[in-house]
Amino acid sequence: MNGRQAADGTGRRILARLAPGPANWRVVGVTILAVAAALGLSALLIAVTGGSPVASVQALFQGSMADPTAWSSTLLFTAPLLLVALGVCVSARSGFFNLGQEGQVLIGAMAATWVALRLAIPGPVLLVVTFLVAALAAGAWAGLSSLMYRFRGVNVVVSTMLMTFLAQQLVAYMVTTPWLLQESRIGTGTVSPQSNKVPANALLGSVGEYPNLQLNAGLLLALATAVAVAVVLTRTRWGFRLKMVGLNPVTAESAGVRVAALGGFALAVSGALAGLAGAVLLTSPVGTNRLQAGISNNIGWDGLLVALVARNRPLVAIPVAVLFGVLRSGGGFLAATGVPPFLVDVVKALLVLAFVAPPVVMNLISRRSTGRAGRIVSTPARVPEEAVA
Amino acid sequence: MSMSDNISTILASGIRLSLPLAFAACGEYLAERAGTLNISIEGMMLGAAFASIATASMTGSASVGLLAGAVVGLLIGVVHGNLSHRIEINTFVVGLVINALVLGLTSYLITISEFDTHQVAQVGIPVLRDIPIVGEALFVGRWPAFLILAIVPLTWWLVERSRWGLELRAVGENAQAADVTGIKVNKRRRQALMWCGVLAGLGGAYLAVGEVGSFNQNMTAGRGYLVIAAVIFGAWRLKRTLVGCALFGLADAMRLALPALGVTLNSQLLIVAPYLLALLTMLLFAAQHREPRSLGQPFERGTA
Repeated sequence: MNGRQAADGTGRRILARLAPGPANWRVVGVTILAVAAALGLSALLIAVTGGSPVASVQALFQGSMADPTAWSSTLLFTAPLLLVALGVCVSARSGFFNLGQEGQVLIGAMAATWVALRLAIPGPVLLVVTFLVAALAAGAWAGLSSLMYRFRGVNVVVSTMLMTFLAQQLVAYMVTTPWLLQESRIGTGTVSPQSNKVPANALLGSVGEYPNLQLNAGLLLALATAVAVAVVLTRTRWGFRLKMVGLNPVTAESAGVRVAALGGFALAVSGALAGLAGAVLLTSPVGTNRLQAGISNNIGWDGLLVALVARNRPLVAIPVAVLFGVLRSGGGFLAATGVPPFLVDVVKALLVLAFVAPPVVMNLISRRSTGRAGRIVSTPARVPEEAVA
Repeated sequence: MSMSDNISTILASGIRLSLPLAFAACGEYLAERAGTLNISIEGMMLGAAFASIATASMTGSASVGLLAGAVVGLLIGVVHGNLSHRIEINTFVVGLVINALVLGLTSYLITISEFDTHQVAQVGIPVLRDIPIVGEALFVGRWPAFLILAIVPLTWWLVERSRWGLELRAVGENAQAADVTGIKVNKRRRQALMWCGVLAGLGGAYLAVGEVGSFNQNMTAGRGYLVIAAVIFGAWRLKRTLVGCALFGLADAMRLALPALGVTLNSQLLIVAPYLLALLTMLLFAAQHREPRSLGQPFERGTA
């Protein structure tokens, strides 16, 4: 991030590495092998610990895809995961690595709760305002990291990560403090560390009428955002500048791009998208429609993994988010087979590795072989010069 | 209880809580000086905590468990080092994946297994332990606690006085320049991660077989990130990093002890204090460039 990568003759190689183009068949082949290995390892884990891999797969399928009800629950998880992942795509494109999605989701959900409970706005306008404020608040939260980088040179990865813990405690404080967002006491009843239920006109409804299948509006929002992000990143001047910054900040700077400002803004946008995910978590039937300290439920971390598997491509993130939604909703059904639901976390981590490693490895292999052939390596005389630069 | 008893209790619990951090912080400090911002330290600590209890339960010896913890930490360090400094996958991606994998795997395994409680022996230094207020805190503890007295000077010597440490620091400050002088950049970074793994493993294992005696799901609960905060708070200097660990441990001890003493202090504020301190330190010291210049940047031969 602070890195100054001097331009040199091997720019094409850097380009190939940072922005993987259409994957070649060897990478695809190795990826398929790696995914098979990841699934095989997971099955081995189940078998070794005395469970039945077949029964586990059946349970995962039952809980996530077997019937329209299962699909409804899968797609409810998909929407926030996709929104978070899209944010990652934006910031990763600029080379600003945002690690604070979990906190940004929480801040989005918190701001959304505040608006929905405190502002007396009639009708569906409230829903719109809720989402806007959620995006703005989470964007501003991530923007703090941008400012710290811009003015004090604070490492973005570290600051976004640390601010996650701030966000967690801030939300915990909000829902345990009566004059802030904690639920109101009815009579002499007890109160829990959560907010009141969001009013009905701030809830996301279902779209269309299908027997047993509920298509929540949150999913449509996420899909529309995915298309919008894809268009902005690949078809607009802003998207092109982002890519420039990500590929080579020094060149971008000399070409007249204000790197810190642009990257910082991309970081804020990525936070805003995570904030939208928080608002979806609050207002869709995926949860209790109340703000709770655990409302983010690792959606932020998982969304990051979705983007990693999709290699930061917005449209590819759609099926990956569905896959992660499947793992989430199916995980709940594992308990009946005696296999701990934590299995899906193992599967997720192994899958990410299986998708991330092959292109890097193949790139390395091809680089090593061309290096031996002496085609790309710089002549010895140039090395010190570059090192000084 | 008298006032001095209270202080003594909080002090003792503060030290117990800061020791796992201190072990791991020595490792994280060394890894960061070599240029790896190692976020898989959380996974190292958690994996080691699990391995120590599992091994102690199988062999019946808590000390063997401690050793197993260090070995698991080392293994994770080797895996991380090879993935990010040989295959050259982004180090933060590797860290995230390792943390997710270890959390999932340990949660999975602890749900289906039963382990006995095992704790290493407690030792106290005669005479000194009778010093009022600080005696109980400083001179009584589980025996691995006293390892810190050897590890801190050793880490300092390795980084500041040994040839190896000089190379590590060169790699962390300017990887390209170090490469030109013939230092194997990625090899040094892998070695630094291995050392980090051993110490983080000791820290996690100390938490499990030293203080608690058992393992529960996600038992480190973000202590690894706290260690990263401590290194930042220490502005990449060992002494201040350890001061940070002690402060964070004390804040934790106060959070646990104050309600019992009838003092109301916002617990969220105490939990968040370490992270706030780390952020503030970065804001204040960023301009002085205390951090290793190549921190978090991958090194690849031929691209400057």
